Amino acid sequence: MRSTRPVRAFLVAAVTLLALVPLVTSEFYHELLTKIMIMAIFAMSLDLLVGFTGLVSFGHAAFFGVAAYALILVAPQYQAASLWWTLPAAMLSAALAALVIGLFVLRTRGIYFIMVTLAFAQMVYFVFHDTPLGGGSDGVYLYFRPTVTFAGLEIIRLDDTSHFYYLVLVLMVTVYALLRTLLRSPFGHALMGIKANVHRMRALGFPVFRYQLASFTLAGALAGLAGYLSACQYGFVNPEIVSWHESGNVLLMVILGGQGTLHGAAAGAFAFVLLQHLLATVTEHWQLPLGAAIVLLVLFLPGGLASIPQRFRRLLGTESEPADVEPR
Amino acid sequence: MSSRAEHAAHEALPPSDPVLVARGLTRFYGGLAANRDVSICLERDRLHAVVGPNGAGKSTLINLLSGEVAVSAGSIELEGRDISKLAADERSRRGIGRSYQKTNIFPGFTVFENCRLAAQSREPHPLRIFSDALRFRRVCDRARQALEHAGLAARASATASALSHGEQRQLEIAMVLATDPLVLLLDEPLAGMGAEEAERMLDLLKSLTPHHAILLVEHDMDAVFAVADVVTVMVDGEVLERGRPAQIRASARVQQVYLGHGENDHE
Amino acid sequence: MDLVSFLIQLLNGVQYGLLLFLVASGLTLTFGIMGIINLAHGSFYMMGAYMAFTLTSLTGSLALALLLGVFLSIALGVALEWALFRHLYHRDHLEQVLLTYGLILIFEELRSIIVGNDVHGVPIPGLLDHSIPLTDTLSYPVYRLLMSAVCLLIAGAMYVLIQRSRLGMMIRAGASNREMVQSLGINIGLVYRLVFALGVALAAFAGMLAAPVTSVFPNMGSQVLIICFVVVVIGGIGSVWGAFVAALLIGLADTFGKVLFPDLAGITIYLLMAAILLWRPEGLTRRAGP
Repeated sequence: MRSTRPVRAFLVAAVTLLALVPLVTSEFYHELLTKIMIMAIFAMSLDLLVGFTGLVSFGHAAFFGVAAYALILVAPQYQAASLWWTLPAAMLSAALAALVIGLFVLRTRGIYFIMVTLAFAQMVYFVFHDTPLGGGSDGVYLYFRPTVTFAGLEIIRLDDTSHFYYLVLVLMVTVYALLRTLLRSPFGHALMGIKANVHRMRALGFPVFRYQLASFTLAGALAGLAGYLSACQYGFVNPEIVSWHESGNVLLMVILGGQGTLHGAAAGAFAFVLLQHLLATVTEHWQLPLGAAIVLLVLFLPGGLASIPQRFRRLLGTESEPADVEPR
Repeated sequence: MSSRAEHAAHEALPPSDPVLVARGLTRFYGGLAANRDVSICLERDRLHAVVGPNGAGKSTLINLLSGEVAVSAGSIELEGRDISKLAADERSRRGIGRSYQKTNIFPGFTVFENCRLAAQSREPHPLRIFSDALRFRRVCDRARQALEHAGLAARASATASALSHGEQRQLEIAMVLATDPLVLLLDEPLAGMGAEEAERMLDLLKSLTPHHAILLVEHDMDAVFAVADVVTVMVDGEVLERGRPAQIRASARVQQVYLGHGENDHE
Repeated sequence: MDLVSFLIQLLNGVQYGLLLFLVASGLTLTFGIMGIINLAHGSFYMMGAYMAFTLTSLTGSLALALLLGVFLSIALGVALEWALFRHLYHRDHLEQVLLTYGLILIFEELRSIIVGNDVHGVPIPGLLDHSIPLTDTLSYPVYRLLMSAVCLLIAGAMYVLIQRSRLGMMIRAGASNREMVQSLGINIGLVYRLVFALGVALAAFAGMLAAPVTSVFPNMGSQVLIICFVVVVIGGIGSVWGAFVAALLIGLADTFGKVLFPDLAGITIYLLMAAILLWRPEGLTRRAGP
């Protein structure tokens, strides 16, 4: 939440570097970074919930999956559909799912909330796994990527790795900018108040449930954006994208990067996917060091990566006890 | 007190209109009645104090009026309309403001943001998602005014958690003021304050009495007698006696209650 | 559905429910008393099942395996609480969720390394390997009846422990007021350690008991965990009685659901949870936990 000047400078540098990637590296890295940027969108959407509204959802992958499946299910089988309507349709489906699930889960709080979000995501998993809706455990293929046309010309070819890369980069930056703006608005301040002291917010006259539901729905829609893009990238979806491991991973990304900072969530996504890839090349049992890393992280670095500069400064004695969530 | 003041202290007040009327409030916790058949009327421009020993049910009463706790029986009317079924946030929007005995602020935010958020509750603008919250003039002005009224203008940019206890109590009040309520339910605003700070708080309360209907729950009897227009004494969840401060002070029953429960009851 | 089939499904549902209770009770005790959300709880169930498999193969006796397994799991519980979990008491839920999620990954991968990813069967001891005939064609396995009986026994023992013993009193007191209990001179740290170890042992024992019936497979931990979450949500955090009622409810709902609506197989219990959330968001028994 503290988008200070050094942070902003760092972000601009990072985005510039990212923009240069397709010009200097091989296709393998384009694809890897595209995946990472899609995860960054996913993580930022969850950070809105966790870091700014105080809602720890352990079922966020449900909305990622709903949008991914929505794309494949609404797109005609032997023809490419247009992004202009499939993307909104997919995001709308995810938002709708979030709205409905939100109506149930927001009746709970604290530990209950964590558990019921997990349970509902599991329900979504079973819907895709057991019903004929999505091809069951085998999954479904997307044979033709959506097209992006303007005045009859195909301006972006989604099956071209570089085109797709830049599209995702632009979308990631847009999502970041959108969320930053939102968080500066009265609505955003109210969300942060709800995270800080929900009891007082109610006493002050805020209809807290409505704000939480709005946040939950918006987060779901943005998770849907990530899911849509992911389906475009792989051309394939199966119920595993809604598994609770995915929900756990994205939550981990948010914490790893430092919840409540937004750029931390994106950083966490980068760090996590890179870590995963690195470990996977070393051993097939990469989940073991990953699990150990998580345990150590929680024990020793509770503020995540984004807290490292702060801790460093404190170590050097140039900063005293910081204020926590501050809306500026 | 001069004889004229003494006379005035015994006089009945000129009539005023009732703003918040509660009848027969009862609240059970398991088998225990925290409040039994409590009625109270808050009138415009009046400060109504509620006193009583520990466990008298004063906090429960405030919770019932603010909507944070549901009544087991009884009715509550705000300006003639029944609000007993309304939730706390709805009651707040209708004009009931409440401060807490145990400071209940946003510790991580600045003092200004605490008040600004409170003021925002009156003009929430939830759909203006592209506008910076700090640009909403009226909201910010209202916050600043509340801070000034509560005497905290100088500390606006401090982090709330860095405030002294007394300053935090001031912030408690400032936040309620920022919501511009008609009814003020104040739960022991003087709790833990030093003599000077308490003096300032009392002046603030006196200045607030016109235009508001105030319910003041307090332990400090001298403070109460200095500012209250009406005093209700509660014991064991029920109303023992009600009247002008001088009447209550002179009442034998009340004295017995305080002697029986121990003088100078402190938390 | 005729009467005999109904009876069979009823017995199955009750047996499944009682098994769930064993696992869920540990989870709800840990939440309710120590305020810790432990995602790795399902892993203990999985460990129990794998212990049953390996120990039975080694010793040739399920009973011996059960005994050894209980000791091992208590030891594991004590060790884990001492090394890791006691650092979590003051942390917020998010951190607990993440740390225990990391533990799941560690446990699953260790299992994969040590025992592999295959599905294994555990033989039912010869003595118990028959069925009681109910009709000409249908019969009910004795082992399953034994499972239910053992679970009921344990449930009863837990009731006695929590309601009637000094330890139980300390547990109940610790749930509502840690400082007060400490000021009475009771070593709350020890109480917590015991409760945690008890939870681990219950989950592992349930896994061991169930192994011959469900077989032993990699995902069994996560499967049971999520269902236990539903049990705890429906039953109310911290309430062992609530967990009992909810577990039976879910056991029956799941069993009958799979038979009556095979298309909705996995979803039935979540629909049940959704319905109960509409009606009573804090669970069937509204007990305030820490």
